Amino acid sequence: MTAELVRGQNHPLSQARLEIRIAAGTPVVAAATLGDEQGRVPGAEWVVHPGAPTLPGLEVSRQAAADHRLAVDLGAVPEAVHRVHVLLALPAAGGPVSFGAVAAPFVAVTGLDGTELVSYTLVGLDAESAVVALELYRRQGAWKVRAVGQGYAGGLAELLGDQGLPQPHQLASGIHEAVARSLARAVPMPPPLTADADRARQAATPAPGPEQGSTTAQGAPGAVSPQPPLSPYGTQPPGTPAQPVPPHGGPASGSPQPMSPHGNPAPGTPMPQPGSPYGPPPAAGGPQPGHGGQGTSEFGDQGASGHGGQGASEYGGQGASDASAAQPSAPTVGGPIDYSHPRRQNAAPPPPPPTAPPAPPGQPAPPVAGDATGWSMDERLYNQVWGMFEDLARSTAAYRSAVDFADSRMEKELDAALADPRSRISGQGDAAREAARAKQAQLVEQARAVYDRDLDQLMAESEVVEPALPPAYARWDNPVWHGYRVPFEVPMAVRLGDLHLPECPELLIPMLVRLPLERGLWIDSGAAGSLDGSFLDAHELHRLAMDTAVALAARLIAVHPAGDFTLHVIDPAGSGAQALAPLSRAGVLAAPPAVGAAGVAEILARLTQRVDLVQMAIRGGAADSLPPGVDASEQLLIVNDFPHGFDDRAVTQLRYLADEGPSVGVHLMMVADREEASAYGPLLDPLWRSLMRLTPVPDDHLADPWVGHAWTFEPALAPPGSQVLQQVLTQVAAARTKYS
Amino acid sequence: MTVNMTKGQAISLQKNDGGSLTAVRMGLGWQAAPRRGLFGSRTREVDLDASAVLFADKQPVDVVFFRHLVSDDGSVKHTGDNLVGGAGQGGDDESILVDLARVPVHIDQIVFTVNSFTGQTFQEVQNAFCRLVDETNGQELARYTLAGGGSYTAQIMAKVHRTGPAWTMTALGTPANGRTFQDLMPAILPHL
Repeated sequence: MTAELVRGQNHPLSQARLEIRIAAGTPVVAAATLGDEQGRVPGAEWVVHPGAPTLPGLEVSRQAAADHRLAVDLGAVPEAVHRVHVLLALPAAGGPVSFGAVAAPFVAVTGLDGTELVSYTLVGLDAESAVVALELYRRQGAWKVRAVGQGYAGGLAELLGDQGLPQPHQLASGIHEAVARSLARAVPMPPPLTADADRARQAATPAPGPEQGSTTAQGAPGAVSPQPPLSPYGTQPPGTPAQPVPPHGGPASGSPQPMSPHGNPAPGTPMPQPGSPYGPPPAAGGPQPGHGGQGTSEFGDQGASGHGGQGASEYGGQGASDASAAQPSAPTVGGPIDYSHPRRQNAAPPPPPPTAPPAPPGQPAPPVAGDATGWSMDERLYNQVWGMFEDLARSTAAYRSAVDFADSRMEKELDAALADPRSRISGQGDAAREAARAKQAQLVEQARAVYDRDLDQLMAESEVVEPALPPAYARWDNPVWHGYRVPFEVPMAVRLGDLHLPECPELLIPMLVRLPLERGLWIDSGAAGSLDGSFLDAHELHRLAMDTAVALAARLIAVHPAGDFTLHVIDPAGSGAQALAPLSRAGVLAAPPAVGAAGVAEILARLTQRVDLVQMAIRGGAADSLPPGVDASEQLLIVNDFPHGFDDRAVTQLRYLADEGPSVGVHLMMVADREEASAYGPLLDPLWRSLMRLTPVPDDHLADPWVGHAWTFEPALAPPGSQVLQQVLTQVAAARTKYS
Repeated sequence: MTVNMTKGQAISLQKNDGGSLTAVRMGLGWQAAPRRGLFGSRTREVDLDASAVLFADKQPVDVVFFRHLVSDDGSVKHTGDNLVGGAGQGGDDESILVDLARVPVHIDQIVFTVNSFTGQTFQEVQNAFCRLVDETNGQELARYTLAGGGSYTAQIMAKVHRTGPAWTMTALGTPANGRTFQDLMPAILPHL
């Protein structure tokens, strides 16, 4: 049961471990001050703010966001602290200058399980740019919460000064500076990629309104309804995972809505060309110019507002669209104020998927990228790729089944003709054999015609889908990588390589696997015969395997937000140094590759300890209170030359990491030849089985989940001589430096 | 307009306007028979299962049933197992969707069967019917009632077979006994 407080009202708190959730229509800075018995804050070290986000029992976000979740453990707060004031302030750099211009912030105190204990909407603010939202205070040994709502027109400095801090201006500017530094990461945490979270986030996406769908359905050229400047396009938060603006549109075109080019294609409008995967097609008119004008600078804001929507939806499970209502105010100047209750609105449906323009009668509809179900373009493309994968698998099954049947029937008929004694004397036998062969040929021809029809359709779809893929899904030669920017959210999946079938080697299906990885990867450097029969010596194969590992690791680190993915390398003999050069040169490795037995032992011990700690924390229900120094980001350990430099203890630790790591964000990438580790006997079989085997050269060892064809896998590698890997890694490194 | 089919009747699936059907759905609906006597409102669960067997030249090639919901070629899809039946309002409780354009070229007959997995005979099942619906417009093409359901636990409902380029549906309505489609194979073969 939630107590909805009004200003000045208080409420007892029964739990010590709490979460304070803040939802505002615009990015705000959240901070807290700790006060002694008299309510005074003795010094700057008693303030939790983005520049110093953690104090015992309290943690705030490093950046401004429309949605905050502050972890509070009142039991861990020092004895001397009697009051905790939770503050909100508008960031100094850009954005609205007073709370009067934005939707009323909403604050809730919840238990760890998300049940809301107390909520408070800060109404009635006007010229204030900083406000004390809540006060948690000790009263006779127990904690209570009070809704304060005291605003300060003089901003954070005035507020801090009022709390008795000695140098409020200095501290306030320090806080604003810290916020500005982390502005690049306006969305604080990559939301977990559960289906529910996806839904919650996407529910926050304002619906582009029915007119879009109908317009597209009619598809009349020029009938695209002119959208008002603040059309759903303008306010659509790019909260879609892995759909950060810049990689698609590039800074110049700046169209954050990934679907518009496809959503509005008029008949005759050419499909987006590979060169401009998401650039607005010239004929698609209406919405884009207005949107492009807003430019990319607002992306941070919009991302944050989108996030706010998510937060709101978390409160009530339904209130998603307060974000949509609040969004018009998100752009830099104040807009209409949303007075509606933040939790009493219905979830907005996701934007409709792009629909194919009507097909000319008698022909199949031309394929359109993103023509699948999903709550975001990211998800739609993922589903579409998997749909193509399944369709190709099944069409091929139909073709193979028909050909097998035709062959076996022919065999049977030939046998029958042979067995018939009459056929031996006359020409009847020859005629029967001829007939059987003709029947077989005819059926195979029919089957092939149907199969070719299916392949043509899938090829056409592939040609449209490939250029539209976001970086995480795209091949390295896709131009989208040239406009690469470090993303703000973890994408839904990542492309490990391509899959194809022998019947149609030119139709490549992207092999997308969900993130976070459920299994470790094993790049097999073993001398298994490569498909094309070309002889590769062990050395060459090993080099290719390392190149594959590096390309995959680079892709993984590139599709994660800065600082959310950490790379470790074990290279006991240093033999992989050359292949690892792109990673080490760019400086994206956490540490230089571990060398020798000591290095192996050290890094394995560290990662094992991390797995243990995180597991303990999760079991204890305290996943948010890991000791400092534990890196919360996803970890990838590349192991080269296994089992070189490994003793029994290290092997045991490695197996432990393979089994327990993925669930707590520690992933393995082994570059190994199974033969070389054969001395361990069957001990390692479970390890190999638990890893997904990939090959550096085309190899048909992967089965699809529907009919189990053997698919040929080719790893996703940068084209030879291309600098794309370097460029991307340079950006990743730059973003990491900025972040840390 | 719905055609109520009787046993052995054949209906061409050519559309009236000359075009042929591309997608049909075989729907199966039933209502659990209420138990008589005290606590008469209590119903016993009746689990009927719809299956489709794909034949090429009288050889079973693939089967779609509750354990294998999609044929390997993707042309025949079972929407999922219903274990208890419906309220008897005439809605489909299990459906099998057939994309006729995607059926592999060598498949020439698809036989639809119904089995009582829980073992009740059709005497105990009310309002059981099978129907064929044009999936492109939702129009019911044919309905076959499991009328006068005798003491059988299975029925070979109908078959859809190629006649030249188009497809024809023939109502079979042959009673049989069996728990799953495997038990029916001997009974199906004479109808091919």
